[in-house]
Amino acid sequence: MPYLELQQLHKEFGDFIAIEELDLALEGGEFLSLLGPSGCGKTTALRIVAGFERPTSGRIVVEGKDLTHVPPNHRDMGMVFQAYSLFPNMNAQDNVEFGLRVRRKPPSDRKRKVAELIELVGLSEAAKRYPHQLSGGMQQRVALARALAIEPRVLLLDEPLSALDALVRVQLREEIRRLQTQLGITTLYVTHDQEEALSISDRVAVLTQGRIEQIGTPADIYNEPTTPFVAEFIGTMNRLEATVTDDGEVDFHGTRLRVENARGHQSGERVLVLVRPETLAVQESANGGGGLGGNVVAHIFLGATTRVKIDAAGQELSADIPSTRAATLPVGARVSATFPAESARVLALEEKPGSPATAPADR
Amino acid sequence: MRRSGWFWLSIGALYFIIPLAATAEFSFKDGYSYSFAAYREIFDDPQFRDTFFLSLKLAIATIIVALLLFIPTVYWVHLRLPRLRPAVQFISALPFVVPPIVLIVGILYVYNYQWVPGKYLGSPYYLVPGYVVLAFPFMFFALDNAFRAIDVHTLTEASQSLGAGWTRTLWRVILPNISTGAIAAAFLTFALVMGEFTMASLALFNTFPTYINYIGQTKANPAAALTIISFGITWLALLGILLVGRRPGRAAVQVGGAR
Repeated sequence: MPYLELQQLHKEFGDFIAIEELDLALEGGEFLSLLGPSGCGKTTALRIVAGFERPTSGRIVVEGKDLTHVPPNHRDMGMVFQAYSLFPNMNAQDNVEFGLRVRRKPPSDRKRKVAELIELVGLSEAAKRYPHQLSGGMQQRVALARALAIEPRVLLLDEPLSALDALVRVQLREEIRRLQTQLGITTLYVTHDQEEALSISDRVAVLTQGRIEQIGTPADIYNEPTTPFVAEFIGTMNRLEATVTDDGEVDFHGTRLRVENARGHQSGERVLVLVRPETLAVQESANGGGGLGGNVVAHIFLGATTRVKIDAAGQELSADIPSTRAATLPVGARVSATFPAESARVLALEEKPGSPATAPADR
Repeated sequence: MRRSGWFWLSIGALYFIIPLAATAEFSFKDGYSYSFAAYREIFDDPQFRDTFFLSLKLAIATIIVALLLFIPTVYWVHLRLPRLRPAVQFISALPFVVPPIVLIVGILYVYNYQWVPGKYLGSPYYLVPGYVVLAFPFMFFALDNAFRAIDVHTLTEASQSLGAGWTRTLWRVILPNISTGAIAAAFLTFALVMGEFTMASLALFNTFPTYINYIGQTKANPAAALTIISFGITWLALLGILLVGRRPGRAAVQVGGAR
C-alpha cells in the first residue's frame, strides 16, 4: 500500500484550474519531486498536502488515513519553506525546539533531540545564533532540522534552495538527500530546477497546467521523455521536425537520417525527432559523410565540453563535444552533425508540439 | 552639515526651547527669588494625585483594549484580507479628521440609550471607548508597520506545520516579532490619554488634562510647574519608544506614516 496518496486532487481558484484531477502515490521512504514551470500547480499541490489549501475535490491519504479535512497543525508534516520561515525572535536551537514544545515533550528529551538535529545539519557552533546572524544556507539547515525534529510522517519541501547561491544549492541538496535516505522519511519536493529534481529524487513527476505530464525515475525522464513538453523541459534537446520516409528513416529538409525509433510510424507521418546535444557528433564537411550539414555559428565554453551551435537549414542545433575537438571547428566552419540511429527519440507531431503555452482543451 | 543648515536648525530649536525655558523659569519663580514652591503646591494638592492616577488608569485601560482590538485585526488583515487593508487604514485614520468634540457628542448620545447600565454612567471608564477610537491611528500605523516588516504568512504556516494552534502562533511567534510596534503604539496612546482634554471636559470628568486646565485658569506659577510636569510625561513616553526601537537585533520602529 502506498504511504502517501494524492487522490483525484482538484483545485480551482475562481476560473483558474490550478490542479486537475491529480493522482500520485508515494511509497514509504520515497523521495519524489514535483517538477514544472511556475504556475504548473506544483506548489499548490504541496500546500494542499500540508493543509494550507483546501482542495476543491479529491483526498490526501497517509497510511490509509484520510487527512483531507485535518487542519495543518494536526497533520504531523514537516515543512521547509522557500525562505524567511525561521522565527526571528528565537535562536537556531529554540527554532528547532519549537515543535517539540508544542508536543509537550519533557525538557530532557527536547534537549537531546535538538542537539542531535543541530549536529545532524552541521550547525553545532551556530546553535545559539539568531536567524539574522545566519547565512541563507544555514537558515535553511535550521529550517530542515526544525521540520525533522517533530519526526513528521511526511517531509515537504517547497523550493527550499531557490533563494540560495549556486554553490550552496548543490551542497545543500546533496545534504538533504543524505539526511532523507538516512532517516528514511517519505519526502515530497517541489522545484522548478530540473537538474535539482533529477539529481536527488527517486522519482520525478513533471507537471504542467495542473496535470502530470510524465512520472518516472530521473533516468526515465531524461532518456525517454514521452511528450514534447517533457523533452523540452528536461535538459537541452534538439528538435527536428521531420517526415517519416522508410522504415527507420526520416527526411529532414531533404536530408535522410537513420532513426531507429521511427520504426512503427507510418510513412509520410510528420514526427518530432529529439536529439540530445551530447549524442551529436560533429565533423568538418570536407571529410564527407552525410548527416546534418550546417555552419558553426557560436561556441559556448562549458569546461571539459563546448556547446557548438550549428545553423542547419535554418534550424539551430546544439552539440556538446570535447573542448579540444571544438577548437578545430571555428565559428563559420562548414560542418556536418550526425547521431547514432538508436539515440534519438521520436514523438508523433500532432497539434503545435511542445509549446507549454498551449492551453488544454476547453472544459 | 553646512553652516546655513545649522543656522536654520538653531532657529527651529529656539522656537521650541524659548517658550519651554520661559515656562520653566516662571514655574520656579517665587516672588523675587526662585524656589520649588509651585511644584510643592501641585504635589501637595490631592486633586493632582486623584486626577493624575485616574488618567493613568484610563491610559492603561485604553492601551489594553486598543491592543486587544488591533493586534488580532491587523494580523488577520495581513494574513487573510490584504484587500481590506486600505479600508481598515482609512477607518483608522478617521479620528484625525473627525474632531474629538464630534466624537464625544456622539458617544454621549449613544450612552443615553436605554441599554447602557445607568449605574455605570458616572464612571470615568466610559471615556475609554472614546479614547480607544482616538488611538485608532496610532495603533494601526505602528502595528501595520511592524507586521509589514515580518513575513506573516510564512511564519504563521511554519508555526502551524510544527503543530501550533492559533493562540500559540499569535502569542509565541507573531507577538514577539511585532512587540516593538505594539510598545510604540502603547506609548503613543499613553501620551494621548494623558493629554486628552475635550472629551473628558465635555463628559464632565476630572482627569489630569482638565486639572491642568483648571490650574491654568486659577493659579499662575503652579500652572507653569504643571505644564513642565506634563511635558516631562510626554517626553518620557517618546523616550520609551526610542529606547525600545533601539534594542539590538530588532528592526527600528517607525511610527506613523506610510512607507
